[in-house]
Amino acid sequence: MSAALTVHFLGMALPNPLVLASGILGTSPALLERCAREGAGAVTSKSAGPQARTGHPNPVAVAWPGGVLNAIGLTNPGAQAEVPLLRETRARLSALGVPLFASIFAPTAESFGETARQIAEAEPDLIEVNISCPNVASEFGTPFSANPESAAEATRAVRRAVSLPISVKLAPNVPDIARIAQAVAAEGADAITAVNTMPAMLIDAHAAKPILSNRTGGLSGPALKPIALRCVSEIAQAVQLPIIGTGGVSSGEDAAEMLIAGATLVGVGSAVWQEGPAAFARIAAQLAAFMDAEGYSSLTELIGKAF
Amino acid sequence: MNPGLYQRFFVTENQILNVATRSLQFDQTLPAAVPGQFVMAWLPGVGEKPFSIAADRPFSLTVAAVGPFSQALASLQPGNALFVRGPLGQGFSPHGSNLLLAGGGYGAAPLKFLAQSALARGARVTACLGARSSANLLLDDELSALGCRVWTATEDGSSGRKGLVTDLVRAALEEGGVDGLFACGPEGMLRALAELAQAFNVEAQLSFEGLMRCGIGLCGSCELAEEVCQVVGLPHGWLVCRDGPVAVLPARA
Repeated sequence: MSAALTVHFLGMALPNPLVLASGILGTSPALLERCAREGAGAVTSKSAGPQARTGHPNPVAVAWPGGVLNAIGLTNPGAQAEVPLLRETRARLSALGVPLFASIFAPTAESFGETARQIAEAEPDLIEVNISCPNVASEFGTPFSANPESAAEATRAVRRAVSLPISVKLAPNVPDIARIAQAVAAEGADAITAVNTMPAMLIDAHAAKPILSNRTGGLSGPALKPIALRCVSEIAQAVQLPIIGTGGVSSGEDAAEMLIAGATLVGVGSAVWQEGPAAFARIAAQLAAFMDAEGYSSLTELIGKAF
Repeated sequence: MNPGLYQRFFVTENQILNVATRSLQFDQTLPAAVPGQFVMAWLPGVGEKPFSIAADRPFSLTVAAVGPFSQALASLQPGNALFVRGPLGQGFSPHGSNLLLAGGGYGAAPLKFLAQSALARGARVTACLGARSSANLLLDDELSALGCRVWTATEDGSSGRKGLVTDLVRAALEEGGVDGLFACGPEGMLRALAELAQAFNVEAQLSFEGLMRCGIGLCGSCELAEEVCQVVGLPHGWLVCRDGPVAVLPARA
């Protein structure tokens, strides 16, 4: 891999800026290791919550021309069972020099703190605080990411619970994401992950029903990219924190655009649908080729270049 | 047509295959399907499950009624609709002139489609089928009628040899000249067949089952257990839905 792709992020050195996004293939040590071996610069585990969850019944995901719509429903073994899995993952990843980000979710601010404390026992390199899952509102109510006050409340609870770096994952469907980023930054977040999937629905005309059993789901893939670029650029201009820019990146140029919008790292999720984890090595090679062709010698020259 | 979204089919025929299994025929072709691939079959309001493709023209499914969804599917009548996304996953890649097929229980479901395509290009096909008892044997008559040599084994000895399908496969491999072993069935059977194929230095193409949710390689639900990957020689983190369902285990060079 080209030396130009190495990146420093919150004291970590990553071989490249591409991060396996939470919720995609992050369910086991073997799958997280596979993504690292196939070229991810860091990997994020699927969100763990206070209790085990089986998730929603099928259909839980479909691909359509604009990307993927999913409502898996936060399937996870519960934080207690997740800790040994994360420990094992960390041991496997350390030989590869790939950091592990551990995603968490919870129904209340207090539970966010407690879940973070439990997960911190596994000593991941970062805890990603998923306050923005769009697919569990019927059980958990409006996501914490919906407004600055509740986003701050969840961030504060996690910040008080752990000293590990934390990145708070924000939702795209808010009127002013910059204000939410500022509120999260003020409570001591170390980074911001932007964005989660966009709430959406697909209906099958012949069935005359929503396709997903949850009726609505989170939209990702190419249709999400322009939304994510807008969100990342607004956050980058509002706060000083590094951003994990996530949403619809499936090529080297997409990754470059996310960096230019102000991201330091670039999340990759739905791109894995088309070609499996091999997407990481391809996108990284395309990004390196783009930088060579355009005369960039380091990622820092790209980050935030739009402003 | 986007393979990610659903195509609506209408049932034209619902035929009894054995005590618990139905063959459903539909009104259209399933485009671009290869034997061993699968579809996600959706009954709106009921659910969605994976099924191997029993035939592509016209599209057909072999349905064992073992749970609430498959019971609903098996009870569809001519004129009823089924919504299907696929074909999904990696199917069999048959080659050579002497093919050995093995099916355990409902695992025989994709073998007729495979046998048809192999016979059509002039290959010789031996099919070894195993089941609990003669009432549970699947597709034995259909495969015979196509022109396959069919051997059966039942655990209670009510049909064919008393024993397991692996006994039949061993006997067929001992005859020699087999270009490839193509199998579908429970995990224990596939592990035993992987060992046999290695012992006889024959390529094995094994179709695994997994807990499928997204069906497109994103959610991780269908990951094959690392212990199984280790035993049969697959890379760890192998996804049944997109890396499989068929695993190709080459013969030694």
